Amino acid sequence: MATATNNFEYISPTRRRVMGILFLSLGILLWIMFGRGIGGEALTTFRLTPGGSAQELPDWVFSSQNMLNMLSVLSIAMGGYQLARGFGKRTTLMLGLAAAMFIFGFLSWATSGGTLNLAGLFRSALVKAVPLTIGALSGVLCERSGVVNIAIEGMMLTGAFVGAFVGSVTNIWIGLFAAVLSGGLLAWILAVLSIKYKTDQIIAGTVINIFATGITSFLSAKFLQRYQHLNDPGRFPTIEVPVLSKIPFIGPIMFQHNMFVYALYIFLIVLTVGLYYTRWGLRTRSVGEHPKAADTLGINVFRTRYISVILGGMMAGFGGAYFTLGSVGRFDEVMTAGRGFIGLAAMIFGNWNPIGSFGAGLLFGFFDALAAKIAILRVPIPSEIMLMFPYIATMVALAGVVGRGQMPAADGQPYEKE
Amino acid sequence: MTNKESEQPMKKDSGKIFLEELSKSPLTVTILAILTGLLLGGLLVAITTEEAYAAFSSSPWEAIKIGANAAWKTYQALFTGSVGNPAKIVAAFQGGDAEEIRRAINPFFESLVASTPYIFAGLAVALGFRVGLFNIGAEGQIFIGATTTVIAAIFLKGLPAIIHVPISLLAGFIGGGLWGFIPGWLKAQTGGHEVINTIMMNYIAFRLSEFLLRGPLKDPDGYTPVSADIQDSAKLFRFFENPIRFHIGFFIALFFAFLVYWLLFKTTWGFTLRTVGSNPRAAKYAGMSIMKSTVIAMFLSGGLAGLAGANEVLGVNHNLAVAFSSGYGFDAIALALLGKSNPLGVVLAAIMFGFLRNGAIQMQLTAGIPIDIISVLQAAILAFIAAPAIIRTMYRLKEPDMDLDAVTLRGWGGN
Repeated sequence: MATATNNFEYISPTRRRVMGILFLSLGILLWIMFGRGIGGEALTTFRLTPGGSAQELPDWVFSSQNMLNMLSVLSIAMGGYQLARGFGKRTTLMLGLAAAMFIFGFLSWATSGGTLNLAGLFRSALVKAVPLTIGALSGVLCERSGVVNIAIEGMMLTGAFVGAFVGSVTNIWIGLFAAVLSGGLLAWILAVLSIKYKTDQIIAGTVINIFATGITSFLSAKFLQRYQHLNDPGRFPTIEVPVLSKIPFIGPIMFQHNMFVYALYIFLIVLTVGLYYTRWGLRTRSVGEHPKAADTLGINVFRTRYISVILGGMMAGFGGAYFTLGSVGRFDEVMTAGRGFIGLAAMIFGNWNPIGSFGAGLLFGFFDALAAKIAILRVPIPSEIMLMFPYIATMVALAGVVGRGQMPAADGQPYEKE
Repeated sequence: MTNKESEQPMKKDSGKIFLEELSKSPLTVTILAILTGLLLGGLLVAITTEEAYAAFSSSPWEAIKIGANAAWKTYQALFTGSVGNPAKIVAAFQGGDAEEIRRAINPFFESLVASTPYIFAGLAVALGFRVGLFNIGAEGQIFIGATTTVIAAIFLKGLPAIIHVPISLLAGFIGGGLWGFIPGWLKAQTGGHEVINTIMMNYIAFRLSEFLLRGPLKDPDGYTPVSADIQDSAKLFRFFENPIRFHIGFFIALFFAFLVYWLLFKTTWGFTLRTVGSNPRAAKYAGMSIMKSTVIAMFLSGGLAGLAGANEVLGVNHNLAVAFSSGYGFDAIALALLGKSNPLGVVLAAIMFGFLRNGAIQMQLTAGIPIDIISVLQAAILAFIAAPAIIRTMYRLKEPDMDLDAVTLRGWGGN
């Protein structure tokens, strides 16, 4: 999760050491927890084709013991190098690598003597990452301009409801459009409350969350649950991207989805370019960092914030539509089930940055997908504990143990024009 | 007000002064916010009445009448559901049958039962506000408090009630307090914002209690993720026989409201806490420890929320089920604001919310209006309270001289 913002990244000696010890302990843990216990003959089989895909790749079979030994040695070596010399700028990247190796080691151990569909797991992680990441992008848009948005959950829920209802009455595209608009409308309320009335932004967000839960459940109980034809919008079909979906392994995982996944790729590119390489992005970020300076330079702080927040809300509405139009095909009460808050967490974990958010979304999605498979793997870790991971990871990231995130400096503070 | 009158008795008549003061008073805004919220709720019921649309084509006037009628019926059901049906109460007392009487007055007491966790949770959030902390994690603290309580109430055996009940309550306080302490400590040590951390802790709490209820805490004889019933000695005392569930927890809650008031406004400690909340810089220069205050406040806040969970377990449910709390923690934010973070205000707001919640259950049964309308009402009221300027413009009220009760919080970055 490298940040595009800071090209010079200073790594303090303490952090260098903490990271070194972390890599070391990951390596040792791999060996103690997983490597030791399995016999030398045990084999791990990973299937590389997701279920239902036309492509066939041979299974990947290897000795669990050897793989784990290799991974733990590699991790320990990385720790040693980090302690002795330090990876410098690439420390964060190496942390990602070490974590990936640890997870891979865990999977190899859990599957030893059995079969796991690795491609299926990755694919399902990506699918689960979609709403989380879109929620996180909504947060990035709002918070980069200095407005805290904890109402992502409410906006997504509303988007899901409106998408299902309007989609059932008209057609799926108009449903999607209406979902985006409804998210924008709620965001407009958030903007008015927090920019015009200078209400505390967290309270304003809470208002929207309570309102969204109430109104969608109310209308759903009153109409959607009673008249099924009002709650049958259908789903966006799966589209295979012509050339890309033929790439072995990656193709079926990344390019055989419905429109929402591709939209996410586009959002990621547009937002990254927009925020870091355009005038609009520079202005938005400056408003989030130092509104007074931005104002002095002639940037309209209020207008910039309104635009960002409303765009963010539209993004959340789009993400909400994913639940009804992209995934389930109907609306159920409180169906977002806290995913908006995980999106918020992904934004923080991803350092207020689109690509970082996607990385965090993928990680959280992966754990979600893994928790669903854990029963099959017969691992002695309850899935509930597994599902705690995103939250704990976010708290750790926020505490700055593995490098402090850089939130916009004026995030959450109303701007008073003098 | 009396001073003003004596100084300039000729210029304005007292009625005008009274109106002016009334218009400036924050209490007016609160009351108007509640009334406007109720009005909006009625409007929502009216415009979602299907019969009204059916009648609309023949005569719009008829449609409006049907809609208004539906709204009226809704609030009628809300009233009888939360207070009781006056005609039934009178008839029951005339009949003299004890059970009949209990049944007739039950709605009123049931509303008080519903208010009790609100009081605890509202106090929790209000205490945080006073110290400049936003404890959005009351929900999770309620879960953990309930879980630790249920552990103490099931597995401690052979104790007399006079010891077992306080120990179980204490377990809830400590459990919730711990769940508040962690984000408080993280804030003090690392500056990680308590809003994010408490949100995360909420979900960790849900997962944890889910895990415990599917595993170690599950009733060995049951199939659903529900704990076993607690020991009789841990149950909170009930004042009446069935079906009235009114228990001593309500008075414990009132006592804690008094304790919080006393702590905040009558002790040096409380003064420190409030100074840290209203002006951290001044507090720092006065030699008060912001870190210590933050940690203590979050612990106490979490503990109060934990008591809300303990109260539900010991007084009402007598066991613990997955997702038993259903939003008390989030509503608590609304009612702490509604009560202006003042213990007395919180108690009044909590009682109002308790009546709304209990009435809404009845409303769902008799008028067919989904209970979720209460959330819409609460959101509207909360918005008006948080942005009083809306109400002031709506009713053309005067700006107050100074808004003493404004909630002071610090943003994400500015810690």
